[in-house]
Amino acid sequence: MLELVIVSTLNGVLYGMLLFLMASGLTLIFSMMGVLNFAHASFYMLGAFFGYQISQWAGFWVALVLAPLLVGGIGALVERFALRNVHRHGHVPELLFTFGLAYVIEEVAQMVWGKLPVDFRAPAALDFSAFTIFSTNYPAYKMFMLFTAICIFAALLAVLTRTRTGLIIQAALTHPDMVAMLGHNVPRVFMLVFGVGTGLAAIAGVIAGPALVTQASMAGLLGPILFVVVVIGGLGSLAGAFIASLLIGLVQTFGVALNVSLADLFGAFGITVGPGSALSEIWTVTIAQIAPILPYLLLVLVLIFRPTGLLGTRDT
Amino acid sequence: MSAPAIALAAVEKRFGRTEIIRGVSLEIPAGERHAVIGPNGAGKSTLFNLISGRFAPSAGEIRLKGENVTGLKPFEINRRGLSRSFQVTNIFPRLSVWENVRCAVLWSLGYRYSFWHGIDTLAEVRARTESILEQINLLPRRQVQAGVLAYAEQRALEIGITIASGAEIILLDEPTAGMSHSEADQAVALIRAVTRGKTLVIVEHDMAVVFGLADRISVLVYGEIIATDVPEKIKASKAVQEAYLGTVPA
Amino acid sequence: MSEVAKSADWTGPVPAAGGALRGYAVWIAAALAFLVVPYVFSSGAGLTMLSLMGIMIVFTLSYNMLLGQTGMLSFGHAVYYGLGAFFAVHAMNAVTRAGLPVPVIAIPLVGGLAGLVFGIIFGSVSTRRGGTAFAMISLGLAELVASSANILRGFFGGEEGITTNRTKLLPVLGLNFGPQLQVYFLIAAWCLLCMIAMYAITRTPLGRMCNAVRENPERAQFVGYNPQTVRFIAFPLSGFFAGIAGALAAINFEIVNSSYVGLGQSGVVLLAAYIGGVGYFVGPVIGAIIVTYLQVMLSDVTAIWQLYFGLLFIVIVMFAPNGIAGLLAMHQPLWRAGVLHRLVPAYLVGLAPLAVMTLGAILAIEMAHRFAARASDGPDMAFLRIPLDVTRPLPWLVAAAMTIGGLLLFRRTWPYVASAWNEATITARGRGEHL
Repeated sequence: MLELVIVSTLNGVLYGMLLFLMASGLTLIFSMMGVLNFAHASFYMLGAFFGYQISQWAGFWVALVLAPLLVGGIGALVERFALRNVHRHGHVPELLFTFGLAYVIEEVAQMVWGKLPVDFRAPAALDFSAFTIFSTNYPAYKMFMLFTAICIFAALLAVLTRTRTGLIIQAALTHPDMVAMLGHNVPRVFMLVFGVGTGLAAIAGVIAGPALVTQASMAGLLGPILFVVVVIGGLGSLAGAFIASLLIGLVQTFGVALNVSLADLFGAFGITVGPGSALSEIWTVTIAQIAPILPYLLLVLVLIFRPTGLLGTRDT
Repeated sequence: MSAPAIALAAVEKRFGRTEIIRGVSLEIPAGERHAVIGPNGAGKSTLFNLISGRFAPSAGEIRLKGENVTGLKPFEINRRGLSRSFQVTNIFPRLSVWENVRCAVLWSLGYRYSFWHGIDTLAEVRARTESILEQINLLPRRQVQAGVLAYAEQRALEIGITIASGAEIILLDEPTAGMSHSEADQAVALIRAVTRGKTLVIVEHDMAVVFGLADRISVLVYGEIIATDVPEKIKASKAVQEAYLGTVPA
Repeated sequence: MSEVAKSADWTGPVPAAGGALRGYAVWIAAALAFLVVPYVFSSGAGLTMLSLMGIMIVFTLSYNMLLGQTGMLSFGHAVYYGLGAFFAVHAMNAVTRAGLPVPVIAIPLVGGLAGLVFGIIFGSVSTRRGGTAFAMISLGLAELVASSANILRGFFGGEEGITTNRTKLLPVLGLNFGPQLQVYFLIAAWCLLCMIAMYAITRTPLGRMCNAVRENPERAQFVGYNPQTVRFIAFPLSGFFAGIAGALAAINFEIVNSSYVGLGQSGVVLLAAYIGGVGYFVGPVIGAIIVTYLQVMLSDVTAIWQLYFGLLFIVIVMFAPNGIAGLLAMHQPLWRAGVLHRLVPAYLVGLAPLAVMTLGAILAIEMAHRFAARASDGPDMAFLRIPLDVTRPLPWLVAAAMTIGGLLLFRRTWPYVASAWNEATITARGRGEHL
């Protein structure tokens, strides 16, 4: 039991870190530009695929550096040549553009790499077991993922709090119009933010690729969860996104690990429901089976009772 | 003695720690034309927002025709007979002029959320909309999209939407803002015509408009009313002069 | 102002000229079209496609009650479509098992009621907010329902779904609705009824206030309306018609599975509405027809038709956000003034490089597809009956030349098209059009 808790906590925190890598980029983009980038998870997927492809040719470490740069570059180009044009049509067309972009990116990925998962492996240097908890071997690669994520956050925090650009971005998180009026080259900052945001998602993809499955449908699986994270955390709040990422990461990981159902719970008190009755399906379903929908339940609850999210300052 | 149209009792409004309205008490009897003037930033628009329900007061009480309406939503207050216009034109931009006014007419004629009445068959709706459009001189422009109207026409439409529901209490927030003299004169004549017999509260900067229109004037400075009186007395008041012009060195 | 109304460029519906234009003539013409068209496209495939179009028209129009009419962007409208389909299919099976005298033509009502009830239930939580929050809630709810399909296997039928047989219900006038032609007429009749009903709703106080709430929810409050209530009533109404569409699909396919409630289906209806043009009542109809046609025909021509789908959507979002209906409406004043034909030469001139550019891009994409994903099929393929080898540089150079060259030439034609528009506009204004 304790083993389960510790391993699940580790995995949950790791998953949460990955989510935050993506959610931070998404929050930055939304806060500065008012665009909820539906295609954000698609850039995560591109990061994983680029990482895979480059690692085939030049090794994992080169891929780790090159793939996010390439994907971030693509993101910047998308902003410069497409999103900027759509921006003047309003927020709904912008959202729809990113929606179409997600669709197209998934199709292109399928076209180039096929529909099946690709064999993206952890580099041999990290392919050992870091430590053993009770009977489970915890892979070193996962520790590397955790380490990388933390490094990136530290760097992000440093940039945001100690550089001029960082201060501008912080201001834009809550007062984007004012920042524009202060004379900063807003279009260039937009391009930078979009590029960095998507680059962050790509880094998440490169490091997550070997651990999770790398396939064309991964964007569609992770995308909605990402939105749950930013909405629960509060649109425009990095701290909120952090908390929400950890929360969702832990909830999902623990949820999958727990194989308890209502039947088990109530059975302990002697309350049973016959197999033929209408309730039997809900009765016997385990938490593990519900795990995929827990984030969405949380999303709906938060949106009903606290629409600005946990720490949000901007109204959606 | 019937209750005053609007009664404010010690109304306060804070945003965070900033006090905008610091204890305003005011009574406006039915049928009066009341102007609220004051320097920029005094809180005049905020006062309107409080009365019309856009904001809830931090303290104090607001009564409409004797009924306590403090904290009610804007549509609840509107349904009780108060209608307001906006300083920054707040219309339905892609609907036609006709549709803009018609929307304002529907609730007061009792059609609520009906999706079983064919709107083109409702003769009263059509008649009332036509009459309002005639009053604001926009009948020939009724098919035009509201967003492409000229500025003065949009301000007239704004007034039209405000009076369309037949509310007895009308709040106009700087109706002549941005208008030339001749446009402002026309606007004032329009206002006088359409608010005949109703209670009118108007925020204005144009003193000619104010003194020509108002029965009484309240002067709002830094969230407090420093004087409420008939126009001649306000004109002569030292306190008001100081508020607008600053103290004259002795 | 609502987010949907914020943009200056996204012009909305042309102000309706007193409702008199939309006279009975339009509906009679529509009814005639419904009657004639199955005899024009009388093959099995043709009838199937027409049936699909009818279903999609109802579904897309119901979606536009939210997006175009009330400014509510939903990513989960397929929930009501799918639930309508599931309730319909269970109803058909129950009726057959119990031997009840219920004809299949009444089944769409079951779907509609399911859509209505769930619209009320989910609407009570979703419609408290507008804008992005509403879109996110709709996404969350859609995921919830789609995921619960795996849990409630009795109702949703697991991977295989639920099947039924429409011929086992009570026949009507000797028709058992086995043949596709009969199913088509069932769908067409319901489609026409729903179109009329949904149009009628736009001409009611609620319909007008939906538009007002879309434009400026705050101002709507100050004329006495609660925007939340307006949304809360519009939502189940649109669910009702979505449920009818779902039931029609259940009758048509005789099988319903969890993909009916999925995000993919929600995405398709969004695409269809937007491509057609959300600001016009006829827009979703156009969009539904085009999208169905593409889905059916393109999938035979190329394996990557979904990519073209997405690209078309992006092109519309970027360059024609008012959709096809918007493009047509743009030309309407010119047509009324009799100067539309003056644009034809300029359009032809512009069309040529556009066609070259598009063909070049398609060639490149198809070749990339063959090169990357279908390498095992070998390097030889045919594009428009011209054989080529994707491993050689020549076809690639040709594709690049066509795309880039076409684009450059196309841009050169824009001033010519613009001046043709200018002259036509001036003439039209002279003839009394408001442009």
